[in-house]
Amino acid sequence: MRLTQGTFSFLPDLTDEQIRAQIEYCLQKDWAVSIEYTDDPHPRNTYWEMFGNPMFDLKDAAGILKEINACRATFPNRYIKVNAFDATRGVESLRLSFLVARPKHEPGFTLMREEGPGRQIRYTVRSYATERPEGERY
Amino acid sequence: MKQIGSRTAPVSTADRYKAGVLKYADMGYWDGDYEPKDTDVLALFRITPQENVEPIEAAAAVAGESSTATWTVVWTDRLTACDRYRAKAYKVEPVPGAQGQYFAYIAYDLDLFEPGSIANLSASIIGNVFGFKPLKALRLEDMRFPVAYVKTFQGPPTGTIVERERLDKFGRPLLGATVKPKLGLSGKNYGRVVYEALQGGLDFTKDDENINSQPFMHWRDRFLYCMEAVNRAQAATGEVKGHYLNVTAATMEDMYERAEFAKELGSVIVMIDLVIGYTAIQSMSKWARKNDMLLHLHRAGHGTYTRQKTHGISFRVISKWMRLAGVDHLHAGTVVGKLEGDPNTVQGYYNVLREPRNPVDLQRGIFFEQDWGGLHGVMPVASGGIHAGQMHQLLTYLGEDCVLQFGGGTIGHPMGIAAGATANRVALEAMVLARNEGRDIWNEGPDILANAARHCTPLQAALDTWRDVTFDYASTDTPDFVPTSTAA
Repeated sequence: MRLTQGTFSFLPDLTDEQIRAQIEYCLQKDWAVSIEYTDDPHPRNTYWEMFGNPMFDLKDAAGILKEINACRATFPNRYIKVNAFDATRGVESLRLSFLVARPKHEPGFTLMREEGPGRQIRYTVRSYATERPEGERY
Repeated sequence: MKQIGSRTAPVSTADRYKAGVLKYADMGYWDGDYEPKDTDVLALFRITPQENVEPIEAAAAVAGESSTATWTVVWTDRLTACDRYRAKAYKVEPVPGAQGQYFAYIAYDLDLFEPGSIANLSASIIGNVFGFKPLKALRLEDMRFPVAYVKTFQGPPTGTIVERERLDKFGRPLLGATVKPKLGLSGKNYGRVVYEALQGGLDFTKDDENINSQPFMHWRDRFLYCMEAVNRAQAATGEVKGHYLNVTAATMEDMYERAEFAKELGSVIVMIDLVIGYTAIQSMSKWARKNDMLLHLHRAGHGTYTRQKTHGISFRVISKWMRLAGVDHLHAGTVVGKLEGDPNTVQGYYNVLREPRNPVDLQRGIFFEQDWGGLHGVMPVASGGIHAGQMHQLLTYLGEDCVLQFGGGTIGHPMGIAAGATANRVALEAMVLARNEGRDIWNEGPDILANAARHCTPLQAALDTWRDVTFDYASTDTPDFVPTSTAA
């Protein structure tokens, strides 16, 4: 399967040039860019690992791209996403979030069903990868 | 015909309260020198007086009939601080280019309204007054609420920001589709449409306004099949998905029962129709806040009173009321689709729903500055006759914080529902990517789509099927302050 979280997952994987253009856009808007990675892509895994703090003071797309590549080199077989944070009052949240790396093989998820009374079913989505311990999943 | 209130201005208080009929303007409902207070509720009406009624008198009559007045003088006014409770018409001006129509500005003291009740507010502002004989027609165009009053409302239970965080979807409009045909499918077949559309790439699917609990599909059956579809799609894509389960029913007890069941099944969103009424909407809003549920409002019925320019209520007022009442989604027009909507006027509704503060913007029909006092934003929903080929227009007109709903434009796709969903998602992502890269999507839109279709056969098929479909009709509800309506 192909994980389709993030703003641009239905497009072919972005090239570094395309990623750089999106970062430029974020910097123009004065958003802080951050990098996160995980080997637990469950749709409700809110807290991916932070590859350093949000880069509030780094206003250079090439520099940020270098950080992205450092993350890719350190964690070559994980999901990596780039977030852009807008601290404007009333937003104070992400304005853009897109994947910049994914594992070579994506096994996807299984849907567990627990039958209950009245035809009700309790559903659980489980990643095949997370059956193994952290760090050994992809 | 006897004029309303034939007596002229009274000389003394004693004369003012002599039994009989006075002009409304002379009863204290007109004050051309009045400076509206920051704490006043303000309303702008479009009035069309009968031939022999002076505009100022008509405006005063509207102020009177929407606040304390009755048709004759009553001495019991003197038992109250009546000057304070009288609404005051303070400005009347002709509507540009519309013979016989006037804009009447009216100020209401804050104490005239119960805190946090749209029912109470609307019972005053649109209560008796709309049937008042001396007016040929009356339309409520806009309102301004003081922050002190705004703060008595809960507002949207979730809001646009938290909705995005819960769904983990940022940087692009959300995508939805209404299941079609809207009536007649069994629960099992209905859930099939939901599954295909969600796993194909949409974020949401939606019940239609009139899908409740009919012989062909009872509500519990629909809920169970839809949640199977939602969960299957989540597992297939790794994304959070939702289906707006319409809990509209005959009684509050029924609606709560359905909403509770939706919650038990793990739905992230429930839906209600505008026709359930303002009080029921506020009740469901409280329920949604308490139960971490998104609340989608379909504006069923609004066209009966919002569409004609001379009589009724502008949808921008309904938008303001619904933001106060507290919903997370509200259908607010598409500009380019099959339903009524001038571009500027629709942008006015969108701004009212989602901005923290609205400046005066006459071109978009916004007559008052409005500070929303930290109330969450509502996600506007664009639904009705839109397709992937219009993506550049939709993104330009409507911006990012909205839900684009392609019903026919998903389900009617020649390669199937999932392909239709994929076409929409690819078109949207390609357009956002290009916009962020600084490209001129308004002019280059068709090229951007054609280019994206090179790696996406479903998008190519969608473009081929609907390329020439437009709904190019003149809008009836257009701004008064631009020389001509903008082209759709």
